[in-house]
Amino acid sequence: MVQMCGCVGWLAGLPLGSTAAGATLPAAPTPSMFDPVGEPAAVILDITWLLIGICGAIGLIMLCLIGFAVLRCRRKEGDHREPAQVYGSNPIELAWTVVPLMIVFVLFMVSARGIFDLEKTSPPEGSLEVTVTGHRWWWEFDYEGLGIVTAGELHVPIDDDGPADLYLTLKSADVAHSFWVPQFGGKMDVIPDRVNHLWLQVDRPGVFVGQCAEYCGNQHANMLITVIVEPRAEFDAWVAAQQREAVEDPAVAAGKRLFLRTSCINCHTVRGTVANGTFAPDLTHLMSRSTIGSGVVPNTPENLREWVWDPQLVKPGCEMPSMKLSRDEVDLVCSWLETLK
Amino acid sequence: MSVLQKPAGPPAATGPVPFLSRMHEWVTTVDHKKLGTMYVTCGIVYLIIAGLEATMMRWQLAWPGQEVLSPEEFNRLFTMHGTTMVFFVGMPILLGAANVLIPLMIGARDLAFPRLNAFGFWLFFFGSLLLYFSYFGGQGLYGMGSAPDVGWFAYAPLTERTFSRGHSTDYWILGIFVAGIGSTATGINFIATILGMRCKGMTLMKMPLLAWIMLIDSVLIVVALPPLAAGQIMLLFDRLLGAHFFDAQAGGSALLWQNIFWFFGHPEVYILILPGFAFVTEIIPVFSRKVIFGYPLMVAATVAIGFISVGVWAHHMFAVGLSPMLNAIFMGSTMLVGVPTGIKMFNWVATMIGGKIRFETPMLYSTGFLCQFLLGGLTGIFLATVPFDWQVSDSYFVVGHFHYVLFGGLVFAIFAAVYYWFPKVTGRLLNERLGKWQFWLLLIGFNLTFGPMHVSGMLGMPRRIYTYHLDRGWEFWNLLSSIGVIIQLVGFSLFAWNVLHSLFKGRIAGDDPWDAWTLEWSTTSPPPAHNFDEDPVVHSRRPLWDLKHPDDPDWKYE
Repeated sequence: MVQMCGCVGWLAGLPLGSTAAGATLPAAPTPSMFDPVGEPAAVILDITWLLIGICGAIGLIMLCLIGFAVLRCRRKEGDHREPAQVYGSNPIELAWTVVPLMIVFVLFMVSARGIFDLEKTSPPEGSLEVTVTGHRWWWEFDYEGLGIVTAGELHVPIDDDGPADLYLTLKSADVAHSFWVPQFGGKMDVIPDRVNHLWLQVDRPGVFVGQCAEYCGNQHANMLITVIVEPRAEFDAWVAAQQREAVEDPAVAAGKRLFLRTSCINCHTVRGTVANGTFAPDLTHLMSRSTIGSGVVPNTPENLREWVWDPQLVKPGCEMPSMKLSRDEVDLVCSWLETLK
Repeated sequence: MSVLQKPAGPPAATGPVPFLSRMHEWVTTVDHKKLGTMYVTCGIVYLIIAGLEATMMRWQLAWPGQEVLSPEEFNRLFTMHGTTMVFFVGMPILLGAANVLIPLMIGARDLAFPRLNAFGFWLFFFGSLLLYFSYFGGQGLYGMGSAPDVGWFAYAPLTERTFSRGHSTDYWILGIFVAGIGSTATGINFIATILGMRCKGMTLMKMPLLAWIMLIDSVLIVVALPPLAAGQIMLLFDRLLGAHFFDAQAGGSALLWQNIFWFFGHPEVYILILPGFAFVTEIIPVFSRKVIFGYPLMVAATVAIGFISVGVWAHHMFAVGLSPMLNAIFMGSTMLVGVPTGIKMFNWVATMIGGKIRFETPMLYSTGFLCQFLLGGLTGIFLATVPFDWQVSDSYFVVGHFHYVLFGGLVFAIFAAVYYWFPKVTGRLLNERLGKWQFWLLLIGFNLTFGPMHVSGMLGMPRRIYTYHLDRGWEFWNLLSSIGVIIQLVGFSLFAWNVLHSLFKGRIAGDDPWDAWTLEWSTTSPPPAHNFDEDPVVHSRRPLWDLKHPDDPDWKYE
């Protein structure tokens, strides 16, 4: 499998990962909070630098004091007299009570301002609104105004005239999850009895990654998020494609029949067919996605067949069972799935 | 002064005592020193078990996409690691140390309620077995190899029957619940002992600081553990009787569990770290040869920590979508707790400066504690800052932070305490050379393991993931962390060898091997069952200093 890349390739700096049959995406950068792509992340980074400055200075002073004591206040060989006993000093103790209090006050004021700036209860004007639902173990993205429901990969448009706002409504279908794309900003938990909101911003096109940050069971590690920030024109084309119903291709009708006859349809939706399950990702445009299993493997023909054959081999513990199809039947179903562009 | 006369040594043994009688003696004992020793021994055994659990996790995470462990196994390991370390390593070691030390330091015969004390120990002991029995009985008759996999804070509704099948979560609930009753009883016992059984002359403000800190610690135990027990019973009702306290689908509240758990959980981490403070507060002055700097302020800081720590729990919940005002309030209270903690830090360093420091093992570990706890405390200020917390909450940064506090801080303080008081309890010194080797190995191994975690967390790595992809760019930092574990393993092995060896072959300690000042060093090592032949009378915070310097006693200056 893809995961078995090993040390050697890493040391040699070889490009890794196989080419995908679905939409191929460029490699995403490390999801570092030090590489912000929007205002929320940038504000947090500013506060972080302030923290590093203040706490770094305090730490350095303390380490110097400890170092001084360790190096200069040792007992000399043969010195058996006790040192002068100092019981305390009110002015000194007052100083190291009051000065930290003042530092705390400054930090508090700066950070409180950050909180009130970043925690928005209503969407900023012109922002893209998406309802994000956390499922064990994949993300559902519902573009309410556009009639699109997709999984694992979030598309966001950006115009030339500046950063684009993104306003997410976060819900959970089962247990607690947490939505986190570090380069966009902080995380927000996704909790079953709450509706949370998260304001994010993007200021440049690209592919960005994140993942679920609240332990949610077996496959928590593979509940990945990919965000594709693309120019408005590309986004509009993607929207138009997503809004279409599933393509009809008579060449693969047998595969479609098999899919609709199997209990796949209890969980999956393929618009334009009778499949309208909502427990699992919408497959209407499966091939427009670059990965399967919420990012666990690239969407290649081999991986797709492996997945349909037995998802438990690819993502052990995930909610999709092996449907006990024969290899031929898997081929048949996959040949139809591969037309769902 | 007729006080502080040495008691006669233990009566000469008349022939070897049969093995069964000796075991019977340990099982039926109500002696605080024996119970304390058993607590600490169990704690160290569980430390090894939970450490090995962590080792397996680091092996799995050393490189992306490894398949050393299955996801289920990994999830069980981190649940058991966290639960064990908090409830069955931290708690018993602190309760055990306090058990041994409180009566000796305040000149008492035993704890106020010796049989309640024994009851508490056995509840802890069987509670821990109940938790580990889940490995065998978690799936009832269906098979072995299961254990709770819900994380040590067991967030609802993952713990509901829908998501957590079998009985492993029930064992998690019951094991901790049972042990928690024991801890609460022992907390009450400590409070009664410290308030009611101090020797003549020992007013509250003449108590050793360890007794002060353990008093506050015990109050926190009594305040914090019952809410957890209540929450666990509610959860048990959900799971076994079909109640819906935390079951969001049926109108329960998932957030309620978080509130209950952290209302216990945050005071709990202070319950764990305060005894660490207590140990180094006793050790640093002795090895610096100076009285503790600012005793009254140290007491005040401890009380302040106790008060503030019950008002900060929602800082574990900054990412759940609280209102900005609530977030700001809890950020303020959390930052505020840094002030008394900082005061303690300054006072320890001020005690060292101007002293004549002897770097024997207890002092080495205490110095390690100071540096590492300092770093853990500062990253605590980072995490208190809500916007920063939104980024790294539930990431490896948090894992790094609390290991700097609880491992770099607490465990180093525990080692300081073990090296310091081992001779009092056993009569023999631990080997200094092995102790120093162990210190340096642990220091390097610890920092190599947990330092890089701050980086991987800021690079976007969430905690509790059993695997990660190579393209995330976390492999280097994880590899460093895993290499650090190997070095730690060597250090811990040295410790195990040192203890076993010194128990039988160690240098005989004598009553007062460190030239110390508190009451426990005035009796024999090990002390007789009744602790002191004559009731001690004290005139100052350092009774043995007065005895050793009759021309310049402490009570003139206090």
